Amino acid sequence: MGKTKDKSGPLARRPDNSAFKQQRLPAWSPVLTANTVLPFFYLLAVISMLLGVWLLLLVQSTQEIKLDYTDLGNCNECFDLRRNVSNAAQTCSCRVEFSIDKTFKGDVFFYYGLKNFHQNLRRYMDSRDDGQTVGWIKKLKNPSTYCEPFAKDEDGVPIAPCGAVANSMFNDSFTLTYHSSSGRRVPVPLLRKGLTWYTDKNVKFRNPRTDNLTLAQVFEGTRQPLYWQRPVYSLDPHDPNNNGFINEDLIVWMREAAFPNFKKLYGILNRADANFEKGLPRGNYSIDISYNFPVQHFLPIAYLVTSSLILLMAVVLTVAWWKFGKDGKNMKE
Amino acid sequence: MGMDFSSLRTLISRYCAGEENCVDTRTVYIGHKEPPPGAEAFIQQRFPDNRIVSSKYTFWNFIPKNMFEQFRRVANFYFLIIFLVQLIIDTPTSPVTSGLPLFFVIIVTAIKQGYEDWLRHKADKAVNQCLVQVVQHGKLSRKHSRKLTVGDVVYVKEDESFPCDLILLSSSRDDGTCYVTTASLDGESSHKTYHAVQDTKAYKTEEEVNCIHATIDCEQPQPDLYKFRGNINIYMGNEPVSRSLASQNLLLRGATLKNTEYIYGVAIYTGMETKMALNYQSKSQKRSAVEKSMNAYLVVYLCILISKAVINTALKYVWQADPNRDEPWYNEKTESERQRHVLIRAFTDFLAFMVLFNYIIPVSMYVTVEMQKFLGSYFIMWDDEMFDEELGERAVVNTSDLNEELGQVEYVFTDKTGTLTENNMEFIECCVDGNVYVPHIICNGQVMPGAAGIDMIDTSPGPEAREREELFFRALCLCHTVQVKEEETVDGIKHGIHQGKSSSFYISSSPDEVALVEGMKRLGFTYLRLKEGQMEILNREDEIERFELLEVLTFDSVRRRMSVIVRSSTGELYLFCKGADSSIFPRVVSGKVEQIKARVERNAVEGLRTLCVAYRRLSPEQYEQVCHLLTRAKLEFQDQDKLVAEAYDLIERDLILLGATAVEDRLQEKAADTIESLHKAGMKVWVLTGDKMETAAATCYASKLFRRSTQILELTTKRTEEQSLHDVLFELSRTVLRHYGSMTCDASSGLSSEYIDYGLIIDGATLSAVMRPSQEDSNSGNYKEIFLEICRNCSAVLCCRMAPLQKAQIVKMIKSSKEHPITLAVGDGANDVSMILEAHVGIGIMGKEGRQAVRNSDYAIPKFKHLKKMLLVHGHYYYIRISELVQYFFYKNVCFIFPQFLYQFFCGFSQQPLYDTAYLTLYNISFTSLPILLYSLMEQHINIDILKKEPTLYRDIAKNSLLTWPIFIYWTVLGVYDAIVMFFGVYFLFDNTTFTSNGQMFGNWTFGTLVFTVLVFTVTFKLVLDTHYWTWINHFVIWGSLVFFVVFSLLWGGIIWPFLNYQRMYYVFMQMLSSGPAWLSIILLITASLLPDVVKKVFWRALWPTNTERIQSADKLYKGQLSEFTPLAALHPPPRTGDHQRGSGTQRNPRRSETPNKKIMFTRWQRAPDYRTFTPLLRFTDGSRHPRPGNAYNGAGPETSV
Repeated sequence: MGKTKDKSGPLARRPDNSAFKQQRLPAWSPVLTANTVLPFFYLLAVISMLLGVWLLLLVQSTQEIKLDYTDLGNCNECFDLRRNVSNAAQTCSCRVEFSIDKTFKGDVFFYYGLKNFHQNLRRYMDSRDDGQTVGWIKKLKNPSTYCEPFAKDEDGVPIAPCGAVANSMFNDSFTLTYHSSSGRRVPVPLLRKGLTWYTDKNVKFRNPRTDNLTLAQVFEGTRQPLYWQRPVYSLDPHDPNNNGFINEDLIVWMREAAFPNFKKLYGILNRADANFEKGLPRGNYSIDISYNFPVQHFLPIAYLVTSSLILLMAVVLTVAWWKFGKDGKNMKE
Repeated sequence: MGMDFSSLRTLISRYCAGEENCVDTRTVYIGHKEPPPGAEAFIQQRFPDNRIVSSKYTFWNFIPKNMFEQFRRVANFYFLIIFLVQLIIDTPTSPVTSGLPLFFVIIVTAIKQGYEDWLRHKADKAVNQCLVQVVQHGKLSRKHSRKLTVGDVVYVKEDESFPCDLILLSSSRDDGTCYVTTASLDGESSHKTYHAVQDTKAYKTEEEVNCIHATIDCEQPQPDLYKFRGNINIYMGNEPVSRSLASQNLLLRGATLKNTEYIYGVAIYTGMETKMALNYQSKSQKRSAVEKSMNAYLVVYLCILISKAVINTALKYVWQADPNRDEPWYNEKTESERQRHVLIRAFTDFLAFMVLFNYIIPVSMYVTVEMQKFLGSYFIMWDDEMFDEELGERAVVNTSDLNEELGQVEYVFTDKTGTLTENNMEFIECCVDGNVYVPHIICNGQVMPGAAGIDMIDTSPGPEAREREELFFRALCLCHTVQVKEEETVDGIKHGIHQGKSSSFYISSSPDEVALVEGMKRLGFTYLRLKEGQMEILNREDEIERFELLEVLTFDSVRRRMSVIVRSSTGELYLFCKGADSSIFPRVVSGKVEQIKARVERNAVEGLRTLCVAYRRLSPEQYEQVCHLLTRAKLEFQDQDKLVAEAYDLIERDLILLGATAVEDRLQEKAADTIESLHKAGMKVWVLTGDKMETAAATCYASKLFRRSTQILELTTKRTEEQSLHDVLFELSRTVLRHYGSMTCDASSGLSSEYIDYGLIIDGATLSAVMRPSQEDSNSGNYKEIFLEICRNCSAVLCCRMAPLQKAQIVKMIKSSKEHPITLAVGDGANDVSMILEAHVGIGIMGKEGRQAVRNSDYAIPKFKHLKKMLLVHGHYYYIRISELVQYFFYKNVCFIFPQFLYQFFCGFSQQPLYDTAYLTLYNISFTSLPILLYSLMEQHINIDILKKEPTLYRDIAKNSLLTWPIFIYWTVLGVYDAIVMFFGVYFLFDNTTFTSNGQMFGNWTFGTLVFTVLVFTVTFKLVLDTHYWTWINHFVIWGSLVFFVVFSLLWGGIIWPFLNYQRMYYVFMQMLSSGPAWLSIILLITASLLPDVVKKVFWRALWPTNTERIQSADKLYKGQLSEFTPLAALHPPPRTGDHQRGSGTQRNPRRSETPNKKIMFTRWQRAPDYRTFTPLLRFTDGSRHPRPGNAYNGAGPETSV
């Protein structure tokens, strides 16, 4: 209460006369009418059309061959063997032969694919410890509880890398051989590097710091995942720098696929080899890999469809506009 | 129930009373002095200190109390439950995703409420710390206001406000009076006189006051500001003296001392027991129609949510029937999971799905809506066009909850006096025994008989008539409670008034009284002042006449008259009485009743407020008797009011009629224009007034509520006297309905211009008969229905002779009729409060009748004309804005969650979220929240000026038309469509396309991020398409929020976050952006998502444009100059089926040819353009602020119907 406030004149409470407060800021008021939209539609249709055609041409020049080796050739034996998880330690190899009708020009990528493998199950996806694979030493022997039941074995020895994802890592290996027309069998050189994102290989996946220890010593006190045949530090017998958490196959596998049917990069044709300088020549090959997806060229087709839809709309709109345009003319008068 | 409670309460109070009289009275010891021994047992009662606590929270209980209040809201509680579920069970998303938004919402609300409470604390502290002067041991000492206790003697100086409720002991004035303004209590700026206790008024210094030895017995505090009863016992002489105390002795906290140097008073009610504190009341919450539809949508979405969760849970178990799917070799369960019972697993799965999809109920919608309302209401306060220079007031927003309701009003109930009219009275004429005097025809102080007086009987007043004329003038000079505002010294007053200078002026709470006294001044009799019980009048001969003021029989709204008893210098005793004609005529025994009555009626038809003046000469014996009656009544403790009323009734009789006065109440500026606009906007305007029918009807014509062509239907006491109510009602409804039927025929044959609009006049007595619940015959129950039917077909209704409660009753009746229309009540006086509280939206006018209406209203505006902008512009904007806000919120959450739902079909119903936690959390609170908030504050689909110019645009949004189910479904379908395009677009892309030139693959998080990116852009661009008002702020916020999303994503994926146990988003966004196909697909999918909406918009605009769209296009053509063009009417669309003007019979063409009118009520139109009004109501000072008359029941009074 106290004393009543002194008012400085009757206009003391007058509101500011600013454009904002009076809601009279200068503004641009676009109206979506046929006139404004139609040219835009036509333009968009044309652009989409061109893009679609261009993409289609681009896609046409790429080739793909897919082989389902699940029970192709003598692989059905392995398939039967693998049905039982307990046989995980046993090795099994098989051979598939195929031929290429047309030379694969340019870069050739080898993928492996899986069908009906739900890498996107929630518990499966969560069952990993990024702290461990990023190389934090604390986490190495103390994996996150998210990894359960693949965090520790029955004896309580921590697993590295822990979790269901790592545990189920795809461990088929492939050697591709070219049967040249002369009957010579030429091994196709596959680059097993550069399969992963640069950042994954160099930042997200790190081996624990070694401090003059060998990788094997660092991983001492941990054990390999239950289904694995080799410990993580000797995954790649050929390249010591590809072992541990930075093994490219592991990294590729650890990037979980979005859908139950997926493919992952296995190798890239090493075009440094004289035979394959121009790509993969036509002829007969033997391999135990590849996996079939129906060939669709989604993006170019999508662009073409959208383009024709926009065009259709635009035409209909134009017709409507001509027919009912009198309203608009009335307004002008 | 109510019965039970009240009986319980009486039981309790009876019990208490029996125990120790605790509820009835309190005893106050002045200066804390014990009464002399033997007088009474000294019981020190406990009273609270003088601390005022208006704050809701303390520092300690803020968090628990505020949390409790907030979680009582259903939405918050829902999110709390979701959060708790996430904490307890193994859920797909981290508790952060719902915890953080909830936390954000709670914190924002808590900060807002805390800030408001902090302001209240500050105000409280300022008040409580304020120093007051208290008499202690014969000396003045200073004390903090909060330390004041009951019994303290307080010293208050001029212009200070009273720190608590005080009984006035003495004042600096000799007569023991003081002047007080209660502006901050009830808004009356007039000075009211309060009286000191007779026996103590001589004690004028602190030492003397310290000697006062007395106790006060008074009732326990009660909130009524104008009621107080008490007794003071003074033990100073030999005999203890007992005197009664009344409200005129009680100075209320919050009132300010004026024109009095100082006063001494004793504190009787302190702190939260003061009347002011007891009057703090929280108003009942009003909910807007938009909020109701919002809740309905919420229920729909809740059902969608639950069904989604149920479907997914069921499908999950169907799918998992194959044990290889339930537990594939690569995804073994833990032991404890295997052992869990299947039902428990199913239930946790259900909860997990609920958690996964819970975002479909937008958590931030409530807080956004709240912020929109809170911030948006500032535009109303800031509006310069609603600022009134004369009053220096701008619009006030008391509740921001109802902004959009202003755009939905269908019925406007308005008060007349002070709302439609200025309540600025001007004395027009008076009539003494049939002679008419008009002030402005005064020449040289000589009164000329009114030349215009047609009804004048006696043109040459004889000496007897002259005597009566002077008596009449004296009566008006004496019979009032006007005060003289003293600006200068005592000598100056007389001078000032006499010279007509503005150095001093009259003040009264009733503008009529001031007008009358000023009118008398112009007729030669000047009221000077009240001094020592003597009223001084300066007569025509410049002589001062003195009359001793003996009694004032104050005005009240039941009697509708007031009287004074004076003794002239010659010793003659007079009773002067003035009041409404209906309350004077029955008490008159002689005088030229017929002539005066005729004049009064004539004036009433012209819309003037008339008053009748009568007198009675009292013999000393009669006066004795009067005194006896009054003192007896006033001494009575219980039933005082009733006894006083009875005494007044006995005193005010056998009067001799002197004459009548006419005062003009001008229509408010642009009132007619406003009403016309409201009509055009499709609103029905009802005038509810306590005035008599003729006056009110005249105002209605003047304000264009009724037109010449309006056919008036009457439902008045006069008619129901002739016919039974039953017959009248049925006849009227037949008239209306017959016409309505014929009109529909006409409409089909293209003759709709023949439309007649109806106006209904009903009075309070008839209304109460209509409303009376059926008793004997079952038929009467239908009256209400028939009456409503009639009302529905009338474009304007006038209800006259209404009691305040009846006003509320009418509003309630319309509100609860079967269409449930949105009602708005506008009024300025205390008598309008009930209707303001009852209506969906209550608007107070800052009039002359105090602040009660303003305080109880939802919005207050300075003048009636501001209603136009309030409804047509602000209401319209807020409705458009909030409806888009609500629809958009649901839409964007459908877009958000539906892909996640679809994803479940691909991930084995494992509740795998599609988006990363950060995206789930921030989608609603930062990526998409600001643009829509800004839209809902700034959007103007049509220019302000056009909205004002074209009230018909208001019909485009009537009946909540933007929140109907079809529109809601359209938005939802659009959301689902967008979600499907986004999800499957990206799905096919992932299935087929190699994203990168180096052959590397993307995982599921890239998939989710890609969908999310498309989502954020689509949803924002949808708003871009809807925005029609692009200021730089819009550009800034919309593009800024997209940039923020990109920057955030880059940052979020750019770092290995040490505190997270997963690094799933590391470089995902950047890798995505490095891929060409990703860019192409983002662009493609955004285009594809938006395309249907654009096409729909363009088509609809081209083929079936709404009024709004036509105006927009036209405005575009004229490049914003449309407001300066007039031929907007030409732009109106031809009527089409399913249009916005559906079915209502109120569509009128204002330029239609006038149809012959069968029942023109008023044949004499003398000043047609500005019809004047009057109310036969008197309002007098003395602080009485009773609600206006409940005279509806004396319907058969002498008022007439023309």
